[in-house]
Amino acid sequence: MATDQPYVSVRNLTFSRGDRLIYNNLSVDFPRGKVTAIMGPSGTGKTTLLRLIGGQLTPDSGTIVVDGQEIGKLRRQQLFELRKQKMGMLFQTGALFTDLSVFDNVAFPLRVHTSLPESVIRDLVLMKLEAVGLRGARDLNPAELSGGMARRVALARSIAMDPELIMYDEPFTGLDPISMGMIVKLIRGLNSALGLTSLLVSHDVEESCSIADYLCLVSGGRVIGFGTPEELLNEGSDEVRQFLRGDPDGPVPFHYPAPDYRQDILSGGR
Amino acid sequence: MLNRIADMGRYGVQVIESLGSATLLFANSLMWGGPGSAGFADLVRQIFSVGVRSLSIIAVAGFFVGMVLGLQGYTILVDFGSEAALGTLVSLTLLRELGPVVTALLFAGRAGSALTAEIGLMKATEQLSAMEMMGVDPLKRVITPRLWAGIISMPILALIFSTVGIWGGAFVAVDMLGIDDGAYWGNMQAAVEFYNDVAKGIFKSFVFGWVVTWIAVYQGYASIPTSEGIGKATTQTVVVSSLAVLGLDFVLTAVMFGGV
Repeated sequence: MATDQPYVSVRNLTFSRGDRLIYNNLSVDFPRGKVTAIMGPSGTGKTTLLRLIGGQLTPDSGTIVVDGQEIGKLRRQQLFELRKQKMGMLFQTGALFTDLSVFDNVAFPLRVHTSLPESVIRDLVLMKLEAVGLRGARDLNPAELSGGMARRVALARSIAMDPELIMYDEPFTGLDPISMGMIVKLIRGLNSALGLTSLLVSHDVEESCSIADYLCLVSGGRVIGFGTPEELLNEGSDEVRQFLRGDPDGPVPFHYPAPDYRQDILSGGR
Repeated sequence: MLNRIADMGRYGVQVIESLGSATLLFANSLMWGGPGSAGFADLVRQIFSVGVRSLSIIAVAGFFVGMVLGLQGYTILVDFGSEAALGTLVSLTLLRELGPVVTALLFAGRAGSALTAEIGLMKATEQLSAMEMMGVDPLKRVITPRLWAGIISMPILALIFSTVGIWGGAFVAVDMLGIDDGAYWGNMQAAVEFYNDVAKGIFKSFVFGWVVTWIAVYQGYASIPTSEGIGKATTQTVVVSSLAVLGLDFVLTAVMFGGV
């Protein structure tokens, strides 16, 4: 696969939940070896996009190609094989297995997918835990971890099989500044050290801009801006700049659509 | 009026949809093997959690049911001077009916609800999604060993229920009411047949174990991943599987014993 090809390519994606149209003919490319932050207002379907790329949801129409393989055309077995070999995902809650210790959580994918001897698995797990700074917490249970620690363990687990693509679902939500700083450093560091392609779903403009090579702004079922943080901040549309600067009013109005204020007050009734 | 008909139609479609997805779940999780499939150790762990942990409630309930049968049977049979047939009455009632049915009802309450809550919580905390993204099929890893643990455990639990129940009956009949123990055990041995009574009871409990566990794992897997959704799914498991057990019991009894 040529290295200038995008790692993930989404073409004419349409997806709806019930009667609600989430994506309408969305097309976007996520470059190989870069960190791309997918940003946008709440409820736009950013996490849904990650799940579509991971094959956990099926689009109504359109194609999603991950490293040359079209997700929609894979059989169940092939999809699991692709995820095993190429994908990692960090969930918002960490999604650690509550009945396993920190060590066993990180060892889980290795034990399931490989027949490595236990001594090698031990070394690999300790290496992954060292990378996230939690080698000393290997015997703790998930219930004993703070939110930030749980997310770091989950990160160690998601890189256990050395994926090529790693997707982060709201990795900064609900973290104290120190934990957030750690996660930011880890995402950037892992991407550079392991040559990963990273997709990051987040609301946090400052943190995302500090580590992302590209921003992809999604709103109303379409991409409203794609480019480097500087490009979008300086040259993006009004809507893009409103989002990135956090302005309360602009193309996305402060007021929910309503009749004229003056007439509404004078008309009486409800 | 039209709305009511539309609602009924929608409900009907929902029921058929969930029957379809439950069947798919069963078909996909019945066989071992596949991405990240569970191993023998997982099956043993689940049999421990589903079966061994239900032992105490099954044994205690079996003993009391046996004692009540002994007492009630005695008060009826003594009027006809047939109290010597008490052993036959207790054992046949337990082996053919109460053993499989009461065990299945208790199993639905104790193990079925626990299975639903566990799987529902795994779904709510994204553990099942995390497995999928690791290339591990949650059906093969989580559902298959639990389904088989239920199918294997139920007949054994039902047999234990009946055995303890027969002891409970003997305790009341022989030790408390003074029936001759030779009559109690001897008549039982003469009347109970392996194929007609024991094997058919085991078959019933096998079917009940399959149905209860299937309903439990499906309810957990299909639950809405919120605290309310999991609560609702747990209740559904107990209600639906209890009704299914009672309904199926009639069908099985009619076919196996009723000469229908």
